[in-house]
Amino acid sequence: MASTADNGLKIVIVGGFGVGKTTMVRSVSEIRPLNTEETMTQAGVGVDETTGVEAKSTTTVAFDFGRISLNEQMVLYLFGAPGQERFWFLWDRLFSGTLGAVVLVDPRRIADSWYAIDRLEHHGTPFIVARNNFGDPVHSLDQIRDALTLPEDVPLIDCDVRERESSKNVLIALVDHLYALSHAREKNQ
Amino acid sequence: MTRRSVDSENPDRLYTVTGGRSRTDDTRLDLVALIVAESEPTAGMQSEHVRILRLCQSPVAVVELSAYLELPVSVVRILLSDLLDAGKITARHPRTGARRGTSQAALTGLAEFPELPESELLKQVLVGLKNL
Repeated sequence: MASTADNGLKIVIVGGFGVGKTTMVRSVSEIRPLNTEETMTQAGVGVDETTGVEAKSTTTVAFDFGRISLNEQMVLYLFGAPGQERFWFLWDRLFSGTLGAVVLVDPRRIADSWYAIDRLEHHGTPFIVARNNFGDPVHSLDQIRDALTLPEDVPLIDCDVRERESSKNVLIALVDHLYALSHAREKNQ
Repeated sequence: MTRRSVDSENPDRLYTVTGGRSRTDDTRLDLVALIVAESEPTAGMQSEHVRILRLCQSPVAVVELSAYLELPVSVVRILLSDLLDAGKITARHPRTGARRGTSQAALTGLAEFPELPESELLKQVLVGLKNL
């Protein structure tokens, strides 16, 4: 990374288990993907009935990330967020301050993406949906859009995250979408 | 890539590293805040502090330090807080130009994406991505 780097940016990749989040990070990252952990203490998960004292539970969640130097100042970090619903609190932390998110969809397990989309909408994080194709697609993108009840203004594209160009195009599609949203908002102000 | 589990480590290590503290002011250091060493390690300094100062000769993100040190992010934040307080490091905080939580945005119904970055920054990101 350049010694002049002074602005770290985030994009989060979400989706079900095994959909290709880490593969996508690996195919565009300038470093071998790294893995680390965040420990979360959740207060009030349960109340100890014998003492009335609020119990705390600590959970450890692992996540992968990679890095792309965009220019002398800007460095983009890509985070692969674990897909399990019980990790929603880590997602909310990762989403906070992020530019936007990519929802990776496995066409064989579309339902795995519902929760991620719900969470992003709840958090107010803009996103696009990318169908990661393992072989020839069975459904049309319109069918996928219906199955996900995805609004028309959310971009939905095809990709193969094993390919660097394809992964790069997913990121470009996301930032194009963000730019359009931001530009429209600035014009209205 | 080899996965490791900090969780399976001896908990005493994490306790010792942080002096028993379990939390810090999380809002001060984002995962992608870039940390830069401002001084050399000195004799008698805690070994994790020494490693951080050596790793941060040029900017390194908080989350990368966590991976290199094989310590959870929350523990690294505590270590970095100490070094920040002592003036041994500086942090370059992320800037997206997001106009978050303005009352005007709420009134005009623009609060749909409260953290949307400014378009100028996004344009620069696009250029960077296309040049990859």
